[in-house]
Amino acid sequence: MAEVQIMTGNQAAALGAKLSHVQVVAAYPITPQTSVTEMLSQLIEGGELKAEYIRVESEHSALAVCISASTVGARVFTSTSSQGLLYMHEQIHWAAGARLPIVMCCINRGVGAPWTIFNDQQDSIAQRDTGWIQIYCRDNQEIIDSIIQAYRIAESVYVPVMICYDGFVMSHTMMPVEIPEAEAVSNFLPPYKPHTILSPETPMNINPVLFPWRRANTEGVLCDGYMEMRYKLQKALDESRDVIASTSRQFAEAFGRDHGGMLWQYKTDDAEIILVGMGSVASEATAAADMLRLEGIKAGVVGIRVFRPFPKEDVRAAFRKAKAICVFEKGISYGYEGALCSEIKAAFYGTDIRLPIHNYICGLGGRDVKARELAEATRSSRDAIAAGDTEPMPKWLNCFTE
Amino acid sequence: MPENLFKVNIEEYMLPGQRACQGCGLSLAYRYVLKALRENTILTFPACCLTVLHGLYPTTSVTIPALNCTFASTAASASGLVAGLNAVNRTDITVVAIAGDGGTFDMGIQALSGAAERGTDFIYVCYDNEGYMNTGTQRSSATPMGALTSTTPVLTKQQPKKDMLRIMEAHDLPYLATTSSAYPIDLYDKFVKAKRIKGARYMQIAVPCPPGWGYAPKDTVRIGRLAVETGIVALFEIEDGKFRFTGRSKTLAEKGNKMPVINYVERQGRFRKMSTEQLRQLQRWVDTRWNEYLKRAEG
Amino acid sequence: MNISAMATPAIGEAGKTGDWRDMRPVCDHSKCIPSIKKKAACFLCWLYCPEGVIKATIPLEIDLAYCKGCGICAEECPGKAITMVNEGEKNG
Repeated sequence: MAEVQIMTGNQAAALGAKLSHVQVVAAYPITPQTSVTEMLSQLIEGGELKAEYIRVESEHSALAVCISASTVGARVFTSTSSQGLLYMHEQIHWAAGARLPIVMCCINRGVGAPWTIFNDQQDSIAQRDTGWIQIYCRDNQEIIDSIIQAYRIAESVYVPVMICYDGFVMSHTMMPVEIPEAEAVSNFLPPYKPHTILSPETPMNINPVLFPWRRANTEGVLCDGYMEMRYKLQKALDESRDVIASTSRQFAEAFGRDHGGMLWQYKTDDAEIILVGMGSVASEATAAADMLRLEGIKAGVVGIRVFRPFPKEDVRAAFRKAKAICVFEKGISYGYEGALCSEIKAAFYGTDIRLPIHNYICGLGGRDVKARELAEATRSSRDAIAAGDTEPMPKWLNCFTE
Repeated sequence: MPENLFKVNIEEYMLPGQRACQGCGLSLAYRYVLKALRENTILTFPACCLTVLHGLYPTTSVTIPALNCTFASTAASASGLVAGLNAVNRTDITVVAIAGDGGTFDMGIQALSGAAERGTDFIYVCYDNEGYMNTGTQRSSATPMGALTSTTPVLTKQQPKKDMLRIMEAHDLPYLATTSSAYPIDLYDKFVKAKRIKGARYMQIAVPCPPGWGYAPKDTVRIGRLAVETGIVALFEIEDGKFRFTGRSKTLAEKGNKMPVINYVERQGRFRKMSTEQLRQLQRWVDTRWNEYLKRAEG
Repeated sequence: MNISAMATPAIGEAGKTGDWRDMRPVCDHSKCIPSIKKKAACFLCWLYCPEGVIKATIPLEIDLAYCKGCGICAEECPGKAITMVNEGEKNG
């Protein structure tokens, strides 16, 4: 009989790491991630999790520790938010280029300046070019389940995985979570087999400088240049889509819960307008869609679960019959528009999918995003579209813009 | 080849045809660092001259396993190696972090202080060539006062050399030692000793650099020797808080005949714009510190 | 798998570094202390070579394929047995 407890998102994350038998944890506290570090310390010092916690002096070092520990074959975990994620940015690039199966939780928080401690997704969206797999969770159950899935995905494609969930909205909110059984998780996760060889038996120099060109070794065999090595990372991300989808399915078979693979859909079959989002804004949008349906507006929701690798085919399929889209996102690529909106538009390029797409920037710095506000915005977009406004500038929801 | 040549391990772990400069002080010291550490070692180092010495893909010049890391993170990379090796039950391997003065005194100081404070079981080696030499001789906090560098090209470095040894001493390490490229046997013995000790160990190597310091490559050992003869570099070890001079510095301390610093300074192009006042300050700094060391050696 | 950059050890990573020289070391074995004594002695040239290309043998052997010609051995030899000779000139 599986155990159900009410717990916060951070508790779910700590338990996910514990169930995955991580061996090395290196993390630095930052609001709203802090309780993850505290809980893991408690689990490790209390003997419930046989692992070593390195109480690093910064986030940059946290990921550096994870990188080298993973290189010698340990399963590693870290978690951070906002400024911490930004501080480790060079290491985030490094981990992906080094092809290490690191799993990290990003508890989404806005970035300075000016300071905010509250939720938005600017921090993780800004990492989208680094080569990590990114999964956005919509509830605490999905956090614990996705961490477990993440180790299986990461250790088979050798790409690090970032599990993102909204700060305070999920990290500090209690929800019922069914805790997967320890033995079932152990069966679901085969042991980590590193591809990196760092041992006196076979001395090698890992991640030295690569030339721009391919270069022969002393036996005359041409070896990769920098570009080939990086191409392999891209190829791995392309191939990871299938692995992510199949892992999601296999998890559903083993544990009875399906979080949707690359993306999930809510009442989209007959939808005349679709709300799109990632994380808690997408789950809030389902309440908005219900409100709109009560008014007679056939609204649906597409929740993007995996932002990287971008689910282009799934997006094309999900919106093939759509008539209008409202993309709600907690971040913006300054100087242009919301990143998710741009990427959805780009996904349609080369197809005959042509439809109005409206972009709403919402919830920055933790400004509350209520279902009725999403419904209102969708309603007004629907009206604007009827009047011919197919691609307006991004609107900042519930924000004073005079 | 005699078996007990200078009583050091005769195995060479640095293969010929490596990419360091002619007469490189690091190259010379590194031969003995590796001889002392032997095969059951994993090295980690950041972007620096050592990266180049270890070579470019797909070939490496060193037969000890090595992990490259980002510039600021050497000691953190080592911390991860220690924890990771522990987790996979490879506790028979010595983890050695090695970085230049840039990666130690400057950008790497945070990670180093953290790893040292946590009592991480590793050896941290700083090879101090007194500047960011790999990128073309820019000033670091390890550059001595009065030296010309590419970022102090007219006025010379204004500040005295950062006393990294005192900073590391403040971390209460089980073992801290200074060594020099010019005294390879003293260096070798200290690294052999360090390998046996548990906890965070800090080793600093005074490494002359021909292009960076402005002298002919043939004089690397001579310049390194003069640094010790003048007291600019003191060879010592601090084991469990106990200070002890070693080698040539021990003899100088006993005989009281260290040379004036001008003998060292006048042979290097980087000091050609050093003012009389800066030279006086340098002599004063050396004398003050030397006297402090003498007191500690007695006590 | 070759999905991450792992370099293997080999001689000559930077090519034949002997090509870097403009002067090469030449040993007059009649002045070389180990050669004179016919036993292990001195070998400071072996000790101080930054490249490790000197073999502490009797007579002394220097691997000219990789010797960079820094001149430290000539400088440090107490018997003045080693001299630096311009490349292109005959020995001694």
